[in-house]
Amino acid sequence: MQLNTSTSRTWLAIRRGHRARPAEWLAEKLIFLVSLSAILTVFLIFIFVGREALPIFLGKMNSSLVGKVIPPEEMDKLTPEALRKYLDLTEAQFKEMDRETMKLLMELKVETADEAPKDKDAAVNTTAWRYLIFPYQWSDYEKPVSIWQPISQIPKYNIAPLIIGSIKTTLIALLFSVPLAIGASIFVSQLAPVRLREIIKPAIELLAGVPSVVLGFFALIVMASVLQDIFGYESRLNAFVAGIALGLAVIPVVFSISEDALTSVPRSYTQAALALGSSRWEAAWKIVLPAALPGILAAVILGFGRAIGETMVVLMASGNASIVSWNIFDSTRTITATIAAEVLEAVVGGPHYRMLFMTGALLFLVTFVSNLVSEIVIHRLKHRMEGKVA
Amino acid sequence: MKAIDKQISKLTVATALLLLGNAVHAGTITAKGSDTLVILARKWAEVYMTKKPETKIQITGGGTGTGFAALQNQTTDLCNASRKIRPREIENCIRAFGKRPTEYKVALDGLSVYVNSENPIKELSLPQVEAIFTGKIKNWKDLGGPNAPITVYSRENSSGTYEFFKENVLKGRDFVASAQTMPGTAAVLQAVAKDKNGIGYGGAAYGTGAKHLLIKKDEGSPAIEPTEETVVKGTYPIWRYLYIYVNPALDKGEVAAYLNWIRSGEGQKLVKDVGYFPLPEVLRQK
Repeated sequence: MQLNTSTSRTWLAIRRGHRARPAEWLAEKLIFLVSLSAILTVFLIFIFVGREALPIFLGKMNSSLVGKVIPPEEMDKLTPEALRKYLDLTEAQFKEMDRETMKLLMELKVETADEAPKDKDAAVNTTAWRYLIFPYQWSDYEKPVSIWQPISQIPKYNIAPLIIGSIKTTLIALLFSVPLAIGASIFVSQLAPVRLREIIKPAIELLAGVPSVVLGFFALIVMASVLQDIFGYESRLNAFVAGIALGLAVIPVVFSISEDALTSVPRSYTQAALALGSSRWEAAWKIVLPAALPGILAAVILGFGRAIGETMVVLMASGNASIVSWNIFDSTRTITATIAAEVLEAVVGGPHYRMLFMTGALLFLVTFVSNLVSEIVIHRLKHRMEGKVA
Repeated sequence: MKAIDKQISKLTVATALLLLGNAVHAGTITAKGSDTLVILARKWAEVYMTKKPETKIQITGGGTGTGFAALQNQTTDLCNASRKIRPREIENCIRAFGKRPTEYKVALDGLSVYVNSENPIKELSLPQVEAIFTGKIKNWKDLGGPNAPITVYSRENSSGTYEFFKENVLKGRDFVASAQTMPGTAAVLQAVAKDKNGIGYGGAAYGTGAKHLLIKKDEGSPAIEPTEETVVKGTYPIWRYLYIYVNPALDKGEVAAYLNWIRSGEGQKLVKDVGYFPLPEVLRQK
């Protein structure tokens, strides 16, 4: 008994000098549970997306439209095991299903085969990796192409145009927003008079409050026309318009984090620089900025994550044509927009559905790796700046 | 004894609640599916519910594919579809409830080809439309227009309209890769209205902002304007049916009554209000 109370006391008062009150203990445990559930949710999402995409990654999916067809009249000639395999049923499903239903399924197989296009590509498994990445000359095409045409007689799932689209818009967004956001954060945190700072800072951060669908709509209706008048490009909606609109969404993210990083550099650094005769600009540029570099890098990486994952803006403003082109004034299609536009109509469990999940998993992987790399880089950088050996 | 009494009274309450729950459920019809059909379906539901207040009808959109998935999971009674069911979806339904879903044609839809109102071209033949949308014709001058590249606007491939156009006008060929895809017919129309080299397609009832072309079946046939008369008669060449699919086991009682009403003269009268065309007399429910 004695032992019991003493252990429970240490359990209750978790490394604290006094005994925790029951309410505190409860609150602490609840918060712990909530944070645990957040981690669990992320993990479950990962599992879910991964599971749906796995057959594609492993090359186990077969989208070939041609298969051996057995006429329903010959149903009785098949052994139960062969029939089960032919109809692609699990043992349990097979046991439950009655004869009529199985016959219906067999008739359907014949129907599907009759409807299949008489095309030399009909037998191709278009979800195999070589068709997903490399150009291929489909029948009816004059030259090998990388093309995303999932709803087609021969579904074509080449992801090259989508990946190029995502990279293109993200790069434009970052090239536009990062210099602006970092410049603004240096100005606001180091150079601006206090009164001006009180106006600029909330104004920029207000941009974060604009819902992305509103931003997308604005880009679609207003920005596309205005930018077309200025640059005179041919297709009204393109990677450039989408990238600029996306940049507007990214600016507040990069701005507020890098502003925080700059502000948290000790005041004494600036004072020392000023005392040694540098101008305010020199102090900001040569002393404070390098000291805040890890934080600014983190801001840029977060901005990258926001840009590559943003959906609504690109869906509305990019024109969504899936073409392989690095020209920024060509209309483009990103991974996110593709998923958003297509997943609701895809046959659940079919090749198209799994392909969309596969692209989603790729996106997840890219952001995950970029976050990981940034963590490592920032960690090293911090160590070096503090004079420790990494 | 008292305890038993209590038990019994509890049981009665529970049964009553259960019955009540069932009764409420029996009066509710859910329909899910095509976004093209969602406005029409809401209209039908609204009018039908004022006529028969004891029936509750819930309509949700989300897309034809979503509707079929719900039909297969038996989370919806009716599936609104702007295209025919695919073999794979029939297969899923058979696996789920052992039957092929019953198909009902519920309305007609004519599709127009739009160009910018400044475009001098007034009519095209189906083969020309096919050549434009598959990318074989790339410049308006090949069609007798100004020397300017054609910008092709299309719908997202999740749309039933996209699939219909591809199957019937493009004869199953792929859209040209540079076709820009828009999230809805209104967006296509808007894009064409702003782009003087643009061409797009969508519901004939979507009116203003762009010019609807007259369509010739082939080079020799007359050019036909998409109107109710030409679509219902079938002289205008680009039209389709809109469907409702139902699990045959549920096609009785109130659901069947509702489906009959939709296909009756009274239900078909509402079709025109939301921009589609009514079924020809032969296909209607008497």
